[in-house]
Amino acid sequence: MLKLTDVVAHYGPIQVLKSVNLEVRAGEIVCLLGGNASGKSTTMKTILGVVRPTAGRVEFEDQRIDRLPTETIVRRGISLVPEARRIFARMTVWENLAMGAFTRQKAPAGELAADVERVYALFPRLAERQHQLGGTLSGGEQQMLAIGRALMARPRLLLMDEPSMGLAPVLVDQVFDIIQSINRLGTTILVVEQNAAVALSIASRGYVLQNGRIVVHDAARALLAADHIRRAYLGED
Amino acid sequence: MAGVLAILPQQIVFGLALGTVYGLVALGYTMVYGVLFMINFAHGEIFMIGAYVGWWVLALLLKAQVGALHPAWVVPLMLLHAMLFAGLLGVGLERFAYRPLYLRGATRLGPLISAIGASIFLQNAVMLSQGARMKVYMTSLLFPRTWRIQIAGASVSLLVIVMIVVAGLMMWGLHLLVQRTKLGRSIRAVAEDREMATIMGVNVRRVIAVTFFLGSALGGAGGVLVGLYYTQIDFFMGYSAGLKAFTAAVLGGIGNIRGAMLGGLILGLVESLAVTFMNPAYKDVVAFVILIVVLVFRPMGLLGENVAEREKV
Repeated sequence: MLKLTDVVAHYGPIQVLKSVNLEVRAGEIVCLLGGNASGKSTTMKTILGVVRPTAGRVEFEDQRIDRLPTETIVRRGISLVPEARRIFARMTVWENLAMGAFTRQKAPAGELAADVERVYALFPRLAERQHQLGGTLSGGEQQMLAIGRALMARPRLLLMDEPSMGLAPVLVDQVFDIIQSINRLGTTILVVEQNAAVALSIASRGYVLQNGRIVVHDAARALLAADHIRRAYLGED
Repeated sequence: MAGVLAILPQQIVFGLALGTVYGLVALGYTMVYGVLFMINFAHGEIFMIGAYVGWWVLALLLKAQVGALHPAWVVPLMLLHAMLFAGLLGVGLERFAYRPLYLRGATRLGPLISAIGASIFLQNAVMLSQGARMKVYMTSLLFPRTWRIQIAGASVSLLVIVMIVVAGLMMWGLHLLVQRTKLGRSIRAVAEDREMATIMGVNVRRVIAVTFFLGSALGGAGGVLVGLYYTQIDFFMGYSAGLKAFTAAVLGGIGNIRGAMLGGLILGLVESLAVTFMNPAYKDVVAFVILIVVLVFRPMGLLGENVAEREKV
């Protein structure tokens, strides 16, 4: 479904991605692990066309997308739950969800309303707060809103950047349960996480990114069992 | 004192008219600041050119001798042309004077200097093409001096009421557009977090261009209203009007649309009351003293929010 081949990306003169090769197959949950500044978020932004790769190819459903504007990529079916949630604080919950459906210009109003209801069914807290400003929500609610907003684009591939960051442990489990149920409903997921144990427990495969390169790639179960991964990313000695 | 009280209602109505027009022009500064974080110093010139376009429409109608000119259709015609021309001019400025700079990652200072340059350029272009002498709006042909209405015992020119209604309706329309429509949501999204707006699939450059169009069109409309009221326009009128409107935008909180409207109203009322109660020469002094006092206690302006800048990685 998604394939990155030798992707290189720069921020100004700094080469952030040196060579990223990864593949996500339809229906999977794939986990991308890596330490701080390893290039995880940049990989996400490169897939969406927010950062332009300086070399390599990004393909989505067998078509090159690395030269397309972000709006076209979103319209083709990729959306992002960004790091640190980044909801629109000065818009209401409902308006945030409407922004998520921004590219679906031709969708009939009834269809959008039904999708909003679907998000509310997934996150009843959002329904209670639909007229509240996004900035007044708690961290957990904001994460739900960020996920709901991304779902409003009806993505076939959902990118999630650190969905557990800053959440209480109880909420982390909840969020990952929801990620799993979104996946069961047919959305493919690429998730970037620092919380490797939880992420690998729901993923089928994992990649490890280090200094802008994919250094390890294996089945999630094998990664969870591998000693060096446990030491590096699961905080075990 | 009795004399002063007798003209007070009239001065308040006049202050409202001045205030709504300041607000209208202030919106152009505040909207552009909202999406680009730059002060479009050429906005005063866009306002001035709006006044010229309105003058041209009126002059052409007079030349064509179309018969009786009734404000009910002439004023909308003047406004429409002025808004369209000013709006397109704003889009052109953005495209050729500012976008090349911000796309190449210029600091905020670059577009600002470019705006000052555009302001000087437009002033001189108008002076060369239209002449340095002032033009006279034939307002009395549209609004005869006898068209007055009584408000609280004071006699107010109908034109002043028209100014309040037109400017008020435009502000209300903009408010609805920004708060209730998808386009408005995309403008707010770009203003709040440009990268996230991009990730939602918003074409940020188009939103910026639309914002310039809307703000400039409102500025152009303000030019026509001011031209009709003061009846004299010249190529330099945008300087002081622009400064006042910019003050109104800062007073209300730059970047905040309701703030620009509120700032304009306060400034207009204060000026008009200052003229009533003291030497008219002090009206600008009073206006700026109020600005300074407000900024001392609320540096972000009356309705501005103190939003910490988000780290952009």
